[in-house]
Amino acid sequence: MPGNTIKKILARREAALVILLVILLIPITIRSPQFISARNISTILNDMAILAIVAIGEFFVILSNGIDLSVGSVIAFTGMACGLINEANQAIGAVPLLFVGMGIGLMMGLLNGVLVAYGKIPPIITTLGTVNIYRGLTFLLSGNQWVTAHELAPSYIAFPRVTFLGVSLLLWIAFLVIVIFYYFSRFTRTGREIYAIGGNPTAAKFVGVNESRIRVVVFVISGTLSGLAGALWTARYASAVNEMATGFEMQAVAACVLGGVNFAGGAGAITGVVLGTLFLGVVTNALPVVYLSVFWQTFVQGLIILVALTLNTLSDRRKHAKLLAQRRAS
Amino acid sequence: MREKRELMAKSRLIDEGSLKERLITIFTMWEVLLSVIFVLLIIFFSTRTKYFLNWFNLMNATFQFSEKAIMALPMIFIIMCGDIDISIASIIALCAYAVGNAAAGGASIPTLIIIALAVGTLAGLFNGFMVTFLQMPAIAVTLATQSIYRGIAIGMLGDQARTTFPKNFGFFGQEFIKGTTIPFEFVLYLVLMVIFGFILHKTTYGRRLYAIGNNAEVARFSGINVKRIRIINFTITGFISGLAAILLTSRVLSVRSNIATGWDMEIITLVVLGGVSITGGKGTVWGVFLGSLLVGYLKFGMGLMKVSGTLMTIVIGSLLIVAVLLPRLLDLYKANRKLRRQHEVR
Repeated sequence: MPGNTIKKILARREAALVILLVILLIPITIRSPQFISARNISTILNDMAILAIVAIGEFFVILSNGIDLSVGSVIAFTGMACGLINEANQAIGAVPLLFVGMGIGLMMGLLNGVLVAYGKIPPIITTLGTVNIYRGLTFLLSGNQWVTAHELAPSYIAFPRVTFLGVSLLLWIAFLVIVIFYYFSRFTRTGREIYAIGGNPTAAKFVGVNESRIRVVVFVISGTLSGLAGALWTARYASAVNEMATGFEMQAVAACVLGGVNFAGGAGAITGVVLGTLFLGVVTNALPVVYLSVFWQTFVQGLIILVALTLNTLSDRRKHAKLLAQRRAS
Repeated sequence: MREKRELMAKSRLIDEGSLKERLITIFTMWEVLLSVIFVLLIIFFSTRTKYFLNWFNLMNATFQFSEKAIMALPMIFIIMCGDIDISIASIIALCAYAVGNAAAGGASIPTLIIIALAVGTLAGLFNGFMVTFLQMPAIAVTLATQSIYRGIAIGMLGDQARTTFPKNFGFFGQEFIKGTTIPFEFVLYLVLMVIFGFILHKTTYGRRLYAIGNNAEVARFSGINVKRIRIINFTITGFISGLAAILLTSRVLSVRSNIATGWDMEIITLVVLGGVSITGGKGTVWGVFLGSLLVGYLKFGMGLMKVSGTLMTIVIGSLLIVAVLLPRLLDLYKANRKLRRQHEVR
């Protein structure tokens, strides 16, 4: 029996990712030993914290068989809004700004969700539209200007770097988000209903799941988390630029796909998404180590998504074949 | 049963009887609605600025949207089947890079054309193959290839640009048909539109696209090779992307890795605004033609009125959402009317 249990653990996406991560780390470390130094690891984790927050929002949307392409623009708008507020009123602390960001993000996500749930517009079209609307609004809001480091309050800029128990606040926030939404996705009614809607909308409706409500909820989560990420982004990068986070949705989706989230909805887990984010972070940070210019980052990311998609499909097929064989045998 | 048939006959009688009913039927047709909006748009801009209603300006404006309008044609096929391709702007970038690079190496114009078309076709074929092989939503696959294709262009070009081209290369994207004031690009678009319209509306291939879009499963069971048709659609789109890349590089005579960024959204907007249902199975080339002109001249007019690019992005984004929302509301309205009419007959 223990052999079987080990097999089961190894068959999980999370295990595969950890193994892949280790395999990836060995040559990188041999090439440049300082890659796994505490300092570099902390850099990678901090770099990935914002992505993890956004990817978790994206996770719920993909889980419900949708997609949210607007996260990058929501980050830009909320980040710019927080930057402008902070510039105008230096006394406002970082924590209220985080809530401002989440509030604005929530409204933007709500608009996406309402258009999808009640306007019956497919998520891809809705967010393809709002990605441009929100980005345009960012430019309008800022009047095409930037908010630079010296216009922001030092306390706001310092906020993500403040350490508590040796870990930065940015990481703590990401950790908190991960824990909350892990609990939400596994142990709450709404969380399970998202799985149900993504897996089989018709069946879910028959057992009494309110589909429209779930569709709004997933976009609200995604918007709120993107808003939080926007507020953190401005602080971490010490500026608010109109073009910030362009194409960030691609990375969020990549983290989800890498984490084994099924694009057709209904399957996936937060743990996978977190590991997927980590994997992406290691690969991105390792590019200079293998003497690949950062210009190749987009290509590598695309390639990783494609490979992950292929692996997902192949493993799904094997599972189906196995199930079929079992059914035939019995 | 007979009662029901009589009822239907009666309701149809009313439908065709009154002029008001007929007018409502006509004006709730998407293409007619688009034409009306288009005419209103022209009237609006003509009264606002004297530079709008001017043959030379109107023709010159087509330079700004011909390539996107051309790209919208194969996209009709893809969306008609319920698929989507958000990698086309990246395919254009990849082809443009290939063209720019070959041109810098001294390649002749025919070689450049062949290179662009070949690269585009291969990229499209790869998309089609992956979509059907992985049995994944096309959005997932083209999201990945979007990064891959543009990633190659970014990786190879870095922050460099390619700006050397053969002497007469500017013809495709800059010149007019000899002796007229009609741009070559626009004429090419009209020719392609007729070809795509013929394929969609007059051939078996076109009818099959509608069948797949309405119900892929049923289409498969009735003997249509759905996989092959979807691969062909993506390949055609890649080929046309190569063509668009030639026109675009010829027009701007400079290739950077960010070339054609954001075109995916605009091209999908043209198709959806043209009345092609995003879930597939519904739409006409004629409608997309109107949609393309509408967006093209809307942007031209806004430009004349000094509307900023930012505001235009917001308008186009909103247009995309409204374009999908409106037909649904129209359908709802039609269904409601039908119901009410049946009640009246009863």
